[in-house]
Amino acid sequence: MAVISYREALRAAMREELKRDENVVIMGEEVAQFNGAYKVTEGLLKEFGPKRIVDTPISEAGFIGLGIGASMLGIRPVMELMFWSFSYVAFDQVVNNAGNIRYMSGGLINCPIVIRGPANGGTNVGATHSHTPEAILASHPGIKVVCPATPYDAKGLMKAAIRDNDPVYVMENTILYNDKAEVPDEDYIVPIGVADIKREGTDLTIVAHGRAVITSLKAAEILEKEHGVSVEVVDLRSIRPLDEETILASVRKTHRALLVEENKPFCGVDAQIAYLIQSRAFDELDAPIGRVSSIDAPQIYSKKLEDLQLPYPARVVAAALKVLA
Amino acid sequence: MAEIIDMPKLSDTMSVGTVVKWNIKEGQTVAFGDILAEIETDKATMELSCTVPGTILKIYAAAGSQLPVGEPICAIGKKGEAAPEPQKAAAPKAAVPAIPEATGIPCIPEAPASANTPIATQSDGSRTKASPYARRMAEKAALNVAALSGTGPGGRVVGRDVTAAANAPTAAPVGPVNVAVTPPADGKGIQPDADSPVSGMRATIARRLIESKNTVPHFYLEVEVDAAPLLALRETLNKRLAEAGGEAGLKLSVNDFILKASAEALRRVPAVNASWAGTSIRQHSAVHLAFGVALEDGLVTPVIRDAHSKSLRDIAVDAKGLIAKARSKKLSPAEMSGSTFTVTNLGMYGVTGFYGIINTPNAAILSVGATIKKAVVDANDRIVIGQRMAIGLSGDHRVVDGANGAQFLQALKQVLEEPTLILI
Amino acid sequence: MAKNAVITHPESLKRPAGPSEYAKDPVNASLSKADKIALYTKMARVRHFEQRCIRTYQQGKIGGFLHLYVGQEAVAAGTISLLGKFDHIITGYRDHAHGLLVGMSMKECMAELTGKVTGCSKGKGGSMHYFAPDKNYWGGHGIVGGQAPLGTGLAYAVKYRGQKGSCLTYMGDGAINQGAVHEAYNLAALWDLPIIFVIENNGYSMGTSQERSTAHPGCLAKRAEGYNMAWDVVNGHDVYEVRAKTAIALKRAHEESKPTILEIFTYRYFGHSMSDPDKTYRDKEEVKGYRETKDPVFLFEKELLNEGVLTKELVESINAAAMEEADAAAVFADESPEPTLADITKHIYWEEDNRGPKTTSSGTIIFE
Repeated sequence: MAVISYREALRAAMREELKRDENVVIMGEEVAQFNGAYKVTEGLLKEFGPKRIVDTPISEAGFIGLGIGASMLGIRPVMELMFWSFSYVAFDQVVNNAGNIRYMSGGLINCPIVIRGPANGGTNVGATHSHTPEAILASHPGIKVVCPATPYDAKGLMKAAIRDNDPVYVMENTILYNDKAEVPDEDYIVPIGVADIKREGTDLTIVAHGRAVITSLKAAEILEKEHGVSVEVVDLRSIRPLDEETILASVRKTHRALLVEENKPFCGVDAQIAYLIQSRAFDELDAPIGRVSSIDAPQIYSKKLEDLQLPYPARVVAAALKVLA
Repeated sequence: MAEIIDMPKLSDTMSVGTVVKWNIKEGQTVAFGDILAEIETDKATMELSCTVPGTILKIYAAAGSQLPVGEPICAIGKKGEAAPEPQKAAAPKAAVPAIPEATGIPCIPEAPASANTPIATQSDGSRTKASPYARRMAEKAALNVAALSGTGPGGRVVGRDVTAAANAPTAAPVGPVNVAVTPPADGKGIQPDADSPVSGMRATIARRLIESKNTVPHFYLEVEVDAAPLLALRETLNKRLAEAGGEAGLKLSVNDFILKASAEALRRVPAVNASWAGTSIRQHSAVHLAFGVALEDGLVTPVIRDAHSKSLRDIAVDAKGLIAKARSKKLSPAEMSGSTFTVTNLGMYGVTGFYGIINTPNAAILSVGATIKKAVVDANDRIVIGQRMAIGLSGDHRVVDGANGAQFLQALKQVLEEPTLILI
Repeated sequence: MAKNAVITHPESLKRPAGPSEYAKDPVNASLSKADKIALYTKMARVRHFEQRCIRTYQQGKIGGFLHLYVGQEAVAAGTISLLGKFDHIITGYRDHAHGLLVGMSMKECMAELTGKVTGCSKGKGGSMHYFAPDKNYWGGHGIVGGQAPLGTGLAYAVKYRGQKGSCLTYMGDGAINQGAVHEAYNLAALWDLPIIFVIENNGYSMGTSQERSTAHPGCLAKRAEGYNMAWDVVNGHDVYEVRAKTAIALKRAHEESKPTILEIFTYRYFGHSMSDPDKTYRDKEEVKGYRETKDPVFLFEKELLNEGVLTKELVESINAAAMEEADAAAVFADESPEPTLADITKHIYWEEDNRGPKTTSSGTIIFE
């Protein structure tokens, strides 16, 4: 077991899968010679050569569509988007083609593609580069979306995504790329659609995904130390499929739920989770479900304000105390 | 074989069409692609081209007629063939299958059968605010959420409130309590040791009174009333009623007078006609008077609604009816709930004075003792034989203070000692 | 400028239609009598199927859109007639002909139009979304130009596997102004993909002529030069010419792994779709002129009658059989069952449809 970064975990997953299956191809802007805009694919070109590690032009609709077409014939492309924000110029490919092809062909065609890249705000790059489209994409049947929060999950989910026979969109986070943790050296996957309880507790359930998990864990620490509250943090890991039972089991235990995500509030992932909880655990609720999202505005450039726009521990603590009232 | 051409669907949104003009006549030969007619759709006037080569046998829809898609407009067949009788389209030829209605297809799940759980209401009829979890817990513990004090936001009853009530020292149903005692030394007791199961009524009494006694800070006041005028008036009225004979033997009880006097006293001191609601104190606009009725296996407290606006006779009639129902166990839950004040009376057993446990969420309970003859010092400092009645008041100190309680008793005493006032 | 642009027509189109100048082209000369009859039969089948669709649509049995191929038959028939084991095709929404020509049955095609479970996509795709991956046919795509990047992906996969194959990526003339098409062009040329972009130029993107939609409308194929790609213009009324020029592009793909753009001039007789009244943007005389002088089915029929391959009787029986087959397909579609309510949530995810030891994901994936 080695202590490696989130970035290295993703790379290790891709390296192992490249070795395991010759149909796996890494493609994207600057993934090969440049060693990756965020160095996730660093060294892969040297190890696997230009047939497997392919630099694309800045042409998202083109190369994502190409990857989808190739996947229909059994190639397993792992397409890097420098930012998930750039998927918006390839939306027809990402949604209409990848998401619908199996359905519209009555199950005759599969699309085992992985599209990955960072999907986060908080890096002082302005609104166009800070989108978090997991809710938008997960709202399309036919598409799977995962959001790893830790190096262990990043590696396990990436490997599961590459082996999956449906389109899986992996949303990473540039702020987490340097986070380090122990990751097994041996082959393992994190099954898609299984949430993880990152911290056990009895008084309040916090449901989060991606970096919001890390924020929530920090908030849970404060809540315990300063307020004597025992918080359970459920990390969704996968948005679609969604591990509804783990969420419900936790709410049935604590009777209070706070949902934290870095999306904007309107129709975010938590809107679905809130619906789930009230519909299937209504009688378990001892308080209205609480929610912390990004402040509802395009992502602001100003660093100081952007840090306030996103959920941060003190905001989560305040929201938690309200739910605990 | 002749083919009937129907009003065609010429656009994705068309449902009716108008034959603007026929380009052909009956008997004319037509080939694939020939323009048969012009049809006006919702979008435009369009040409209907021939898809069945042959001879026009019959035109069913004259130029100018408007028809739904699927209605016959003409027939094409072999020359000389008889035109078929057009048949009304049996069903609209919708491209989309009809949405099934009540076919058992589980599109819309049926509403689950009502759980038959009464909605917890405050005594004033307003809904008790309680979290879903607290309601479920209370149901399990057989507690009435309406009777609990909510500590959540806005007085909402939350899980911890139910836990607190359920875990209150004497309320906890912690399994059988050891009640074994040493048998009588001579082996002959008054009765054999026996355990009988706790009835539903007893369990409710136990739970509610424990809850009250444990959560409500009781205080006690007592006043002694000169009952002579009351007894004299009662006698007179009953005599007259018996002579009139009309009221099916209506006879006024001492209790009826006390109920009426209580309603009047509450009108004068409304602070006592109130309830504790966690973060607020609710003053009730109406007096709904509960009174205790002893039964063989317990006690119930039926409620006389709007006692503040009822005459002595109305109260007597109501009380009589409720007592009869109570004894035959026919009281409905509605007739036993929603009180704002309670009167209990043990005078008939010769009890000289006592203090009842507050019937939550009332703010007070009146306990009426027996009227007994005793020596009293009259206004002229002479010792005379008086007819005295001891009346106790247990108050909820969260809602009323000693002074309010005393004012109430003072008002009650005045009404009872000048009972003709209650006839007004 | 645009209006005065000189259109780069194929040479053959500049002259009145006569015997095909490509009859002797090796790719055609090598056809046996039976091959030629089969090719004609395929074109006739496409035509009669499409014409039968009109009636089914007018009867209200086909929902939504219906884009007909009548008049364009030689394009799909000619190009597809050359394809081998590793050659794939993908197209836009005017996709019935391509399906029939790769070997899909009229029955599954008609049943798909009427939304029946016996349709090629089980009633889930409709007119614009035919698929037959077992026959190398990858759809049937509804968004104009959206299939172009997919086509490059299919070609990429063929190349990745080292197969001697290609992907014919069809689109209409309206698609060439879509960004995705140009991104596909660039990738195809940049990576030397074995792909042929076939522009089926029928003159109108819906109701908008090239003059009104396209800067430099003179030659759509010529845009290839901007991507350093080979190109050619083709008379799409002559199936022999389509075959001859496609064969060159196909050879380029197979042997050099290089892309080509073929602009094939053709014409559709019916509106853009069934709800197009077809009177606002072109006149009847134009349609009539094409029908009478350039009809690809009749021209090929004439060609084969002259060659002595076909006889009047044979033509009649081929057409009668095609009509009968189309009628039978309509009856089959009528009699086929609708998909059930339970079918709505099938075929969304492979994992969900194949739950077993091989599947690794869990959780709720279809929501209430």
